[in-house]
Amino acid sequence: MAQDRWIHTPPRKSATFDDYSIAEIRRAAATGIYDIRGAGAKRKLPHFDDLLFLGASISRYPLEGYREKCATDVAIGTRFAKKPVRLKIPITIAGMSFGALSGSAKEALGRGASAAGTSTTTGDGGMTAEERAHSTILVYQVLPSRYGMNPDDLRKADAIEVVVGQGAKPGGGGMLLGQKISKRVAEMRRLPEGIDQRSACRHPDWTGPDDLEIKIHELREITDWEKPVYVKVGASRPYYDTALAVKAGADAVVIDGMQGGTAATQEVFIENVGLPTLSAIAPAVEALQELGMHRKVQLIVSGGIRNGADVAKCLALGADAVSIGTAALIALGDNDPHLEDEYRALGTTAGAYDDWHEGRDPAGITTQDPVLAARLDPVAGGRKLANYLSVMTLEAQTIARSCGKSHLHNLEPEDLVALTVEAAAMARVPLAGTSWIPGRAG
Amino acid sequence: MPTIDLARTPVRKLNNALHELRADTNETHWRVLNPRGLHAVAVGIDAPVRVDIEGHVGYYCAGMNKRAHVVVRGNAGPGVAENMMSGHVHVQGDASQAAGASGCGGLLTIDGNASARCGISMKGIDIVVKGAVGHLSAFMAQGGNLVVLGDAGDALGDSIYEAHLYVRGCVKSLGADCVEKPLQDRHKAVLRKLLAGAGVNGGIDLGGFRRYGSARKLYHFHIDNVGSY
Amino acid sequence: MCGIVGLFLKDGALAPKLGGLLAGMLATLSDRGPDSAGFAVYGEAQPNHCKLTLRATGDGDFARLRRKLADAVAAHQVHDTHMLITVPRDREAAVVATIAETPEVDIVGTGERMAIFKEVGRPDEVAARFGLERMAGTHAIGHTRMATESAVTIDGAHPFTTGPDQCLVHNGSLSNHNAVRRELMHHGLSFRTENDSEVAAGFLTWQMRQGASLEQAMDASLGALDGFYTFVVGTASGFAVLRDPIACKPAVMAETDRWVAFGTEYRALADLPGIDAAKVWEPEPARVYSWERR
Repeated sequence: MAQDRWIHTPPRKSATFDDYSIAEIRRAAATGIYDIRGAGAKRKLPHFDDLLFLGASISRYPLEGYREKCATDVAIGTRFAKKPVRLKIPITIAGMSFGALSGSAKEALGRGASAAGTSTTTGDGGMTAEERAHSTILVYQVLPSRYGMNPDDLRKADAIEVVVGQGAKPGGGGMLLGQKISKRVAEMRRLPEGIDQRSACRHPDWTGPDDLEIKIHELREITDWEKPVYVKVGASRPYYDTALAVKAGADAVVIDGMQGGTAATQEVFIENVGLPTLSAIAPAVEALQELGMHRKVQLIVSGGIRNGADVAKCLALGADAVSIGTAALIALGDNDPHLEDEYRALGTTAGAYDDWHEGRDPAGITTQDPVLAARLDPVAGGRKLANYLSVMTLEAQTIARSCGKSHLHNLEPEDLVALTVEAAAMARVPLAGTSWIPGRAG
Repeated sequence: MPTIDLARTPVRKLNNALHELRADTNETHWRVLNPRGLHAVAVGIDAPVRVDIEGHVGYYCAGMNKRAHVVVRGNAGPGVAENMMSGHVHVQGDASQAAGASGCGGLLTIDGNASARCGISMKGIDIVVKGAVGHLSAFMAQGGNLVVLGDAGDALGDSIYEAHLYVRGCVKSLGADCVEKPLQDRHKAVLRKLLAGAGVNGGIDLGGFRRYGSARKLYHFHIDNVGSY
Repeated sequence: MCGIVGLFLKDGALAPKLGGLLAGMLATLSDRGPDSAGFAVYGEAQPNHCKLTLRATGDGDFARLRRKLADAVAAHQVHDTHMLITVPRDREAAVVATIAETPEVDIVGTGERMAIFKEVGRPDEVAARFGLERMAGTHAIGHTRMATESAVTIDGAHPFTTGPDQCLVHNGSLSNHNAVRRELMHHGLSFRTENDSEVAAGFLTWQMRQGASLEQAMDASLGALDGFYTFVVGTASGFAVLRDPIACKPAVMAETDRWVAFGTEYRALADLPGIDAAKVWEPEPARVYSWERR
C-alpha cells in the first residue's frame, strides 16, 4: 500500500553536527586531548579564485609573448640593508624547519629554489649545513623558541626573518612531537630526544613593537647592517601590524594568511584563528601607502598560494612577492596518489593527509624516519620544484602580458574584479560588472 | 688598549671594529666609555678579547657573545648576553629582564640582582646571580646552570627541561613541572666550580643551596597534566 | 607601544629646570614613540584659581575665545596649538560651559597645578613647539607614542586626564579595553577614540568618582584590565607607577636626594644630574608605587 511506503523518509544529517564534527566529538571523548595536525586551514574561505583579471580589450593592449618582455625580478630589503636580496622571481620558499621536514626535503627545496633564482627560509629549529650549501639565497628565521639560534648562522644567512607568528596559528608557538625529535633534531634544538617539544609563543627578550625596534637594531649591529630584516606575522590585524613593523625598522613585512601551513598545531587553532589571505593584503598595502613606504618596505604574502594566477593576484593587490610552503611540498611529492595504499594504511587518503606531526610520511617529506626520508631523491625533488616555480612564473607573466604589463609589479588592483561580495569587500576591488566595492564609501 | 668613547663614536663603529678582530689579534683589551644606557653595545663579538664598559648599558649588551670577556661596570638593560655562545659576561651592577635569554654556553655573572625571566629559554649557558632573580626565571630552561645566591621570584623554572637550578635564598614559588631535587656531592662540585668562575671564593656553605629541576611530567602530553599547560 | 617618563623634584632649586630635563628624557625615547608626544607639567598653584589647558583644533581661535570669556580669564599663555588659562574658582563652571559650546576648542586638562600639552609629531619637535624647555614646576610626566591599534591622532595622544590635576600615560597593549569601555559608557563616561589607554584613564576616573583613592583605583585595575601595561599617573602632589603582573614591558626608576625619575629605558635617565650616583631599580609587577610632596 502507498501509505506504508510513504511513511519512511530518508535519513537526514545535520549541517551543524556533520560527520566531521560528530567524529571529532567522539575522538575528543576517547582520548582527552585536542586534535593536532599539520597544513593550514582546510575550510572553504574566500580566496583568489574569487578574483578575475580584466585582460586587454579596446582600451588596453596586450604584450606579445616571448618577444615583449614581462620582467619578474624583485629586490627585498632596499630600505636599510647594505646587501638587499635580489630574486629572479617573486616567489620564495617559506620557512619550514628541519625537524618538521626531512633533510632530503630541505635539500630538495634548496636545489629547486636556487635553480629558479629565489630564496628558501630556515624554520623553527635552526640552519643545517646542507641547507646553507644548497640554497643560494637563504633567509634565517629568528623565532620565539630560538632553537638552533647562533651568530655564525646569522652571519651566513642572506636575510633575517623575525617571526612574530604564522598564519596557521597567530599567537601560537612551534610544536614538534616526540616521534620527530630524532637524535640530530634533538641536538640542534638542545632538547632530550623523543620528548614532545613545548614552545614559547612570545619572544624571550622582547614584547611589543617598541622593543622589537631595539631587537632589530641589535640583529643589524651583530651583522654589520648588511642583511635585510623581514618581520613575519600571521594575518590578524594586518593594517596595524604592517605599520608597526615599518615603525620598528623592518626592511620587509611578511603576512601569512590562515591557509598557510604548519608542521603541527591544534586543529582548532588552524581553523578558527587568523584571517583569510585574501583579506589581509589590502589593509597591509594601505598601511604601507599611508606611511609612504609602498615598494620601499617590501610586502611578501603567503598562505594558500597555488599557481601563477594567485601570484599575479597578490602582486596586483600590492604585494612585492609571495611565499609558498604547502605548494612546494606538494611539488616535491607530498600527498601523491601514487602512495594511496600507504595513505589508506595511515587512515587517510591522498590529498587529505595532514598528520605530519606523526612523522610517518610515505613521501619522505615530513618525517625524520631515515627509511622514509630516503624515498625522496633531493635532486629529482629539486628539479620538480624548479619546474613548478617556472610554470607559476610563466603563468603570472601570461596574465600580466594580457593586461599590458612589462613587469609583474605593474599589475594593480584596478586590473581585478571579484565574483562575490565577500571577495570584493576583502580585496577592495569591484564586483564584476559593477563599480561597487562593498565597505568603501563613494 | 683601544678606548672608544660612545659619547663621540657611534655604537655601530665600536661593534664593527670588534667584529673585524681576528683570533690572533693583539688588541685584546678594549675600554668603552660613556655607554649611558645605549643598546647593543659589544654585540656579536667572536674573539678572545676583553671589553670593559664603564657605565650602565641598555638592552642586549654582549648579545650573541662568543669567546669574549665583557665586563659592565654598571647595570645592564634587558637581554644582557642574550644567546651567548661562549666567553664570560660580567655585570657588576643589576641586570634587567631576560638576562642570558636563550644562552647556549659561556658564563654570565651578575653581582647585583637580576630581574624577571633571568635565564629564560636558556640552552646551556651558566648564569650566576649573587643577588636575587625575579619571577619566571629559568622559564622553559633547556640546559645549563642557574645559580642564585639570593631569592627567586614566582614560578621559578616554569616548564623547565634539563637545566639545573641552584638557589640559596627563598623561592617564592615553583613553576609547572619544576621540583626540588636532592643536592648531591656531584652537584656541589658543579656549584663550587661555577661560584669560583663567578669570583665567589669560599665562605659560602654549599649545603645552603637547594637544587631544582624538571619533574619530566610534561615531556609527553597526558590529559591528567592538563592543568599545568 | 611607547615610551614613558616621569620626574619628581625633591629639591625645589631644580624647579626652573624641570621642563628642560623632561624634554631631554622625551627626546631620547623618540625612537620607540615617533607618532605623537605629550606631557603634563605641575607648576605653581594660584590660591582660589584653577588652570585649564585648552587645545584649538582646525579653526579654533583663542583670541576670540578670550574675548568671549572676558574677565573670567585671570591670566593666559599661548603655546602653539594650546592655551593655558588661569580662572578664578567661582568662574570655572561657567568657563567650562562656554568652552563646551565652542566646537573648535577642547579642554585637555584642568587642575590647580597641572597643564597638559600633546600633539602629533616627533617628540622632540612636539616639545619644542610647546616650549617645554622653558617650563618650570615640581614634577612632570611625559609620553612618546607608537600607535598600535588606533589611529595616530591628537585624540589618541597621551596623557589622558582622569580628573583635576590627574592624568595617565601608558606603555603596553590592553586586551579587554573594548568591553571595559562599553561598561564605562554605561556608567556615563564618554570616549573620543578606540584607544586602550583612554579606557584605562576612564577606568581610574570612574573608580575615584566612586570614592576610591588613586592607589585603590590602580589596585582595582589589576583585576579589571587585561593585557600588558605600565601606567604612570600624575597627581597634584606627585606620581604613581604600576606594572601588570606579567611585566613584559620595561620600566626603570632612579632616585637621588634631589629627584625621583621614571623611564621606560635607562637611556632616558642618563642625562639627569647626579645619575651616576643614583639608586637605580625596577619596579616590581602588580604593586602600586607612589611619590608625593608632603
